[in-house]
Amino acid sequence: MNSRTRAIVLATGLAVLAAVPPVAGLLNQPFYLDLVRRIMIFAIAALSLNLILGYGGMISFGHAAYLGIGAYAVGVLAHYGIDNGFLQWALAIGASALVALVIGAVSIRTSGVYFIMITLAFTQMLYYLGISVEEFGGDDGMRLAAKSQFGLIDLNDGNAFYYLVLAVLVLFLFLGHRLVNSRFGMVIRAARSNEARTRSIGFSPYPYRLAAFVIAGAMCGLAGALLVNHTAYLTPEFMNWTRSGELMFMVILGGTASIAGPVLGAFALLLVEDALSGWTQHWQLILGPLLVLSVLFFRRGLAGLLFGKNE
Amino acid sequence: MNNNLLEVRGLTKSFGALLASDDIDLEVREGETHAIIGPNGAGKTTLISQLAGNLLPDRGRVRFAGEDITALSAPARSHRGFARSFQITSIYRDFTALENVMLAVQAHAGSSFRFWGSARAERALQEPARRVLEEVGLGARTGLPGGNLAHGEQRQLEVAMALATRPRLMLLDEPVAGMGAEETQRMVGLISTLKGGKTIILVEHDMDAVFSLADRVSVLVYGRIVATGTPEEIRTNAEVRRAYLGDEVAA
Amino acid sequence: MDIVLVLEQALNGLQLGVMLFLMAAGLTLVFGIMNLVNLAHGSFYMVGAYLATYFYQLTGSFTFGALLGLAGTLAVGIVVELVALRTLYERDHLDQVLATFGLILFFNELMAILWGRAAIYATLPDYLSGHVELFAGVRYPLYRLVIIAVGLAVAGLLWFVVARTRLGMLIRAGASNRTMVAALGVNIRLLYTLVFGAGAALAGLAGLMSGPIHVVQPGMGELILIEVFVVIVIGGIGSIRGALAGALIVGMVDTLGRAFVRPMLATVLSPSAADTAGPALASMLIYLLMAVVLALRPQGLFPARS
Repeated sequence: MNSRTRAIVLATGLAVLAAVPPVAGLLNQPFYLDLVRRIMIFAIAALSLNLILGYGGMISFGHAAYLGIGAYAVGVLAHYGIDNGFLQWALAIGASALVALVIGAVSIRTSGVYFIMITLAFTQMLYYLGISVEEFGGDDGMRLAAKSQFGLIDLNDGNAFYYLVLAVLVLFLFLGHRLVNSRFGMVIRAARSNEARTRSIGFSPYPYRLAAFVIAGAMCGLAGALLVNHTAYLTPEFMNWTRSGELMFMVILGGTASIAGPVLGAFALLLVEDALSGWTQHWQLILGPLLVLSVLFFRRGLAGLLFGKNE
Repeated sequence: MNNNLLEVRGLTKSFGALLASDDIDLEVREGETHAIIGPNGAGKTTLISQLAGNLLPDRGRVRFAGEDITALSAPARSHRGFARSFQITSIYRDFTALENVMLAVQAHAGSSFRFWGSARAERALQEPARRVLEEVGLGARTGLPGGNLAHGEQRQLEVAMALATRPRLMLLDEPVAGMGAEETQRMVGLISTLKGGKTIILVEHDMDAVFSLADRVSVLVYGRIVATGTPEEIRTNAEVRRAYLGDEVAA
Repeated sequence: MDIVLVLEQALNGLQLGVMLFLMAAGLTLVFGIMNLVNLAHGSFYMVGAYLATYFYQLTGSFTFGALLGLAGTLAVGIVVELVALRTLYERDHLDQVLATFGLILFFNELMAILWGRAAIYATLPDYLSGHVELFAGVRYPLYRLVIIAVGLAVAGLLWFVVARTRLGMLIRAGASNRTMVAALGVNIRLLYTLVFGAGAALAGLAGLMSGPIHVVQPGMGELILIEVFVVIVIGGIGSIRGALAGALIVGMVDTLGRAFVRPMLATVLSPSAADTAGPALASMLIYLLMAVVLALRPQGLFPARS
């Protein structure tokens, strides 16, 4: 499939997303607005993960940490009465980047299984931290005192919030596209493809990987800021290790070889979850084996089906 | 004063009980093509890996252009002018031939902490890469993924990536391994065009290639250098004949 | 500080340590030999706990319940290996992580269907409850001592099997050189299934012993699994010795941290600040320890392959 058809597919997808609020309004089904908005937020998180997982080959099993940090940045500021959205989001991005820098600095020194286990463990540490801080609700979490305030844009308006999320998604798709095709992006992809060769031509992969890890964490932090506004509730469950696993599945289901793949993956996974859970309360009994089968037999992802192999 | 580009003193490396490099001394002169030969398991690749910085020696020093580089990493050596080809072809299989070489150019053309502009569209990377691909004879194959090239072409691509870093010293680990006669001839031709301009360390099993390319030859046996000399001297060196070449040369 | 309390907490730490070791041993062997990252290892812990509790209620005998629970977990482990994991050995770690993540969802939900989502409190028979007086004034729960004894006995048995038997020779060879073991004409598939089943049974043993101390509920396996990852990262992947050292270190640090960080902070901070920071710091302690170990020794304390 050539770049032109890909552009058409992408534009169609975005047009469909843009049409959700009026259609949901027309059908009087606000539930769908809510559902798609939630999926788009996770799509943002998944596409940030794909930068390091798909392009950088770093199998981070702890990406939910940054969802949590972004959410706590907003929630904690709101708790103390600071509801300026720009400030909140800047803190969400900055704090996520900082934590990613610390976690990345330790874990990128290792590789393979160590990296998987360490990223998982650090996120679990933050999860327990969230649970043990009673000031912010501990285990139970707490209600978001007020949604982020942006002056003109009112997040209490469901449609406005929806379009803001869509705008962030489109922006990140574009940023991600630029990033992976930049000099920097070529280096992290090269280091993934053949580390020995990359070192021999003169690149030391560590600083590039760390930078990618920080960028991905910061992007996911913003997704966390959106998520807590979406749920209007702050809870350590955002950092639950299963959330990290779900993000990985979104990336893999969608396909790692393109920027838009994880967005497809997020829609696929969350729509299936939604459908199954509407059908039976024991939906995980079906989802689990379904995921196993998808790993065993469906490795190229949805984007692979849709766009062919090349990026 | 001397004109040695590379000086190795007392290089020693063991893996458990196996002494892969045993007190190796080696001098490589600026501009020469220096071949290292030896039977299988003599420790040739181990030596090359220590020279390239992929492997740290247990003991010994490596000096390059007067500077002690023993502790430098492979990327750091690359920036001092080392380039390496691997015994087992090492390229980016999913990237096109042009992208492979462009990456090598990029590593030596300013900062790669650039996040915005398209690297593929950078003329400053493309043009040198295309030139090098022409030079090694892959000018018509630039758009093919590395993994789709023929074996011999992949070896040429590796040499191209080495060249693209504009090295002072090239470490070529069995560049004609696994090649047919025609491919071998093309590779030998390619290396001979580099001779003189670049200093080359060549590890090779193919004796015809070695004797047609090398200015000097060192013979490595069980991790020790047993002789160094011109191809003629090595050919006639009794110890070398006994230890290694045997009837192969006489035949 | 009260010496009796310290001793008691040290024994608790030892008890947690042997539990972690039982989990870590199987996980690290399966990784060392089959190169498989098995997230669902925690599921065997859970299955063991549920089965033993169920069979105890059914038979009225704690011992029978434990033995049946152990056998059941072994069987479940073997079935999982044959049905799902066998095809994953040759896949990359990402695929293994994702597929075994799917298995976790399945098992957690299966337990919820069979025995409900609510936590079950497993009971102890009379002869295992109560305390023993270790020496004058120091009383300690008998059951926890039994756990420590069983754990150390299993560690000894494991050492004997790995170091002294033909099977152990194959296991050690398999960890360092797969193709060589295959070349010896060993039925490698059978060896893999055996090792995997044994690892599952060890996890089941840990789970069924933990039942009467903690609660039995869906998802119980994952919480300990992540701690076991910390153990393995600290000890060095693929090394039984590392698993033992890591497990004891983590068990001690975690237990003593939870017991003493808050009182120690209270001596330098205000009580309310210590109440806030204490639990937070205590819960983070083993992860911080892991970070320090990694910074100093990225391959862990006892790397299996040097």
